[in-house]
Amino acid sequence: MNGNGNLRVGLYICHCGTNIAGTIDVKAVAAWGETLPGVVVSREYKYMCSDPGQQLIVDDVREQHLNRIVVASCSPLLHEQTFRGATAKAGLNPFFFHMVNVREHDSWVHEDKQAATEKAKDLIRAAVRRVAFHKPLEKKRVPIHPDVLIVGGGIAGIHAALTLANAGKHVYLVEREPTIGGHMAKFDKTFPTLDCAACILTPKMTAVKKHPNITLWTLSDVTQIEGYVGNFTVTVKRHPRYIIEDLCVGCLECIEACVYKQAKYPDEFNLGLGKRKPIYIPFPQAVPQLPVIDRETCIEFKSGRCKKTCVEVCGDRKAIDFKQQESTETINVGSVILATGFQVFDARRLPYYGYGKFPNVYTSLEAERLINAAGPTQGEVILRDGRKPKTVGILHCIGSRDENTNRWCSRVCCMYSLKLAHLIKEHTGAEIFNFYIDIRTPGKGFEEFYQRLLNEGVHFIRGKGAEINTWPLDPSEEGKLIIRVEDTLIGKIRRIPVDMVVLSVGLEPHADAGDVRRLFNISCSSEGWFLERHPKLAPVNTFTDGIFLAGCCQGPKDIPDSVAQAGAAAAESLALIDSKFVELEPNTAYILEEACSGCKTCIPLCPYSAISFVEAKKKAEINEALCKGCGTCVAACPSGSIRQNLFEDEEIFEEIKGVLAHA
Amino acid sequence: MTDKPKVAFYWCASCGGCEEAVVDLAEGVLNVVAAVDIAFWPVALDFKRRDVEAMADGALLASFVNGAIRTTEQEEMAHLLRHKSQVLVAFGSCAQLGGIPGLANLSSRDEIFQTVYKEAPSTVNPEGALPKSLHRDNGDCVSLPGFYETVRALNQVVDVDYYIPGCPPTPKIIQQAVEALLSGKAPEKGSVLAPDRALCDECPRKDTRPEKLTLTAFKRPQEILIDAEKCLLAQGVVCLGPATRGGCEALCTRGNMPCTGCFGPTSRVRDFGAKALSATASIIDSNDEKQIDQILDTLPDPVGLFYRYSLPASLLRRKKLPEQPATKGCAPKAG
Repeated sequence: MNGNGNLRVGLYICHCGTNIAGTIDVKAVAAWGETLPGVVVSREYKYMCSDPGQQLIVDDVREQHLNRIVVASCSPLLHEQTFRGATAKAGLNPFFFHMVNVREHDSWVHEDKQAATEKAKDLIRAAVRRVAFHKPLEKKRVPIHPDVLIVGGGIAGIHAALTLANAGKHVYLVEREPTIGGHMAKFDKTFPTLDCAACILTPKMTAVKKHPNITLWTLSDVTQIEGYVGNFTVTVKRHPRYIIEDLCVGCLECIEACVYKQAKYPDEFNLGLGKRKPIYIPFPQAVPQLPVIDRETCIEFKSGRCKKTCVEVCGDRKAIDFKQQESTETINVGSVILATGFQVFDARRLPYYGYGKFPNVYTSLEAERLINAAGPTQGEVILRDGRKPKTVGILHCIGSRDENTNRWCSRVCCMYSLKLAHLIKEHTGAEIFNFYIDIRTPGKGFEEFYQRLLNEGVHFIRGKGAEINTWPLDPSEEGKLIIRVEDTLIGKIRRIPVDMVVLSVGLEPHADAGDVRRLFNISCSSEGWFLERHPKLAPVNTFTDGIFLAGCCQGPKDIPDSVAQAGAAAAESLALIDSKFVELEPNTAYILEEACSGCKTCIPLCPYSAISFVEAKKKAEINEALCKGCGTCVAACPSGSIRQNLFEDEEIFEEIKGVLAHA
Repeated sequence: MTDKPKVAFYWCASCGGCEEAVVDLAEGVLNVVAAVDIAFWPVALDFKRRDVEAMADGALLASFVNGAIRTTEQEEMAHLLRHKSQVLVAFGSCAQLGGIPGLANLSSRDEIFQTVYKEAPSTVNPEGALPKSLHRDNGDCVSLPGFYETVRALNQVVDVDYYIPGCPPTPKIIQQAVEALLSGKAPEKGSVLAPDRALCDECPRKDTRPEKLTLTAFKRPQEILIDAEKCLLAQGVVCLGPATRGGCEALCTRGNMPCTGCFGPTSRVRDFGAKALSATASIIDSNDEKQIDQILDTLPDPVGLFYRYSLPASLLRRKKLPEQPATKGCAPKAG
């Protein structure tokens, strides 16, 4: 056995309560196990992962001088580390242990008890034959870079950045828009407390800008990330603002001085409800407090013949630079928090609601801007045709809970619809109708808010709005939007004429979430939300070590949940940084240098760029710290000169032979 | 007879090229003759099978057997020489891995007989006679060796001590092997008597292979004008050098032709064709299934390409035979 003396295997079969023992005859397997060559001890036990279970291994190793351990129980994902730990505690190299999954691979998926018992024997025979060839291995420790990259400057990214920065860690906050703040900056008030969103958000935005531990890059994208947990190298592309950040003092006189005396172009921050100039600041409290020039509309960019009154007024500060180029920054960080947020559902996808066709149909985000005191109408709800609405319909679940668009519940729409109903009523005194499938108010204070709305006299009609049309049945309906709906509480189709419709659009993953997912090598759910490592026990971790999630990129959530998750992601990141080192699994590939012919087949295949060609030796070389043990190069090496710890040919062939030895 | 060590040469299912290779030692053959007595060499010297049968077990220092095992006679001779030899050497690709005759494992015996004795354009066989191992005529009895369903490598029939690779082995490889055996400093049993690194190591074109090589089509040598210095794979020609044991001094690639893999795998590889296929497939530059199929279509005969010399020694060994009643007489079950 691979030069390790006489094989003395300890074999343990776990009942896992009845999870395994209910289907597999564990007593028979244990008795049979004793007959296997090399097996010295063969036991079954109720819960091998319990302390007494692990102690069995420790005692047997000491008393019976075992040198290999095989545990047949659940998935290695759950307890491989546990049993490796027990093996190490007993004084053996932890990699002299091998695990057999007789739960997920056997008892849970079979009903025929006899056949399941035979299968367990086959799997165990394979493991016993394999473990004989295991070599002692050591985990490699590499230091963790203490800096953190946070992608996305919405409330989640901001909160995570401040938490980490306050803990003394350096944070790079990368945001692709000209300002941080995200969606929250567009909201008027927040449910259910009706706090002013700007009042609670903008101090945090300013704190980000001022914090000595935060490097803030707006108008920037992450374009490349290499490396591994604790040691990522990240490339950030910084798009030109045409304003030199270090020279601009944020006086905004240039905007005033622009040759356009009137704002002329649709303003992105107000979703086109307001206007801006070619040189503008997204909103008064934007951070950084710097203008940005839109090269699509700026006369200087279009014709090169502008009077450049903006430059004139900037004067000696010389902060405006029409020749500013895209630049690239390369940074090293140890961990990453993705807080890239969401996009709202595009209501144009459902033409029967008339969004984009009837001027007085608004999305909920547009309604937020209309009632916002800092919005395009200074908080007065004035319709696109100049009227003030006397009746308003709010349609829930537009692009949520819908087989035709998005199946999921967007979680926040019920509450923001209630909030909008309250605020519009407050601003206009209008009569408000809510059209809902179900009212979902499970958060703290949410149900109470719903009760408040009911008491305020807002109408609730149980039924999803079916369509909006403008066909009056009598003169009183002229110029109205007619909402057709099946009122499921009275069992009738109704027509409700209103002046204004608000479509409560759902939340969905960004259109480019797939690109971000690939860039950071993480997983997505089928809907496109970034996938957490475990829905309950690792909700902010991803399957890629060192990359964490915060906010709506992981799934729809409200502000308190986003902030809580951002805090959790920051804490996970801190825990990682303060552990100082990462231990790398030793299941890495290695090159038999003597045998390597230098054919270079392996080099482009490595997904982690861990293999390089050493010209001096004319041979390939694997960077062990970068290797993830995927085995691609091992399989591809045409001369069999790359091998892999824990997946050596002998180990695999013995395992195969063991399974196939079934008589 | 002197008391020089005795050696034997024998051929089984092979083309005769391995015998030529011995002759091709040129004046080097004299060194061999000076050092040993050739006690059996049917292709060149007039010894009979009964001469070998008369020898004591282990009387021969070494037997060099080339060719694969296809007939009963070949199997009998393999056993006979095994008994009479201290060392049995599989000489050349066919003995080592099954070789070109091993590609017959893509057909059944019946299919082969059908083609060769009935359908081939040059065949005249109005009675449709097929080879039989026993033929009686007027009380006379004529026997022929039986023809097995499956071609086997030598070590699938008898225990083999060493392997000399190549189709055929090169003079240098033969000489080094013979010297190693005569010197008494024989390597570990089961060794292939050639270097254990892939051919690229000694290929003069090695440095011209780019680090990131990807292809969207494979070229056959007759389809392009091959650059005499550039890595053949980089020119789109399937060269099996990365998978093939070196030691031939890159004869083919020096001759502007790709390596076809005759030296077989290195000691670390279980299935030559699978490894060669995997390495070749890994340079395909596409993630689109349809396009990949199109690229693979530029390899018209993948088995003949990747398993040209090693089908019997591969994990699959042969194409599955159609279900048929148990075979009789001299045709044992396929290996």
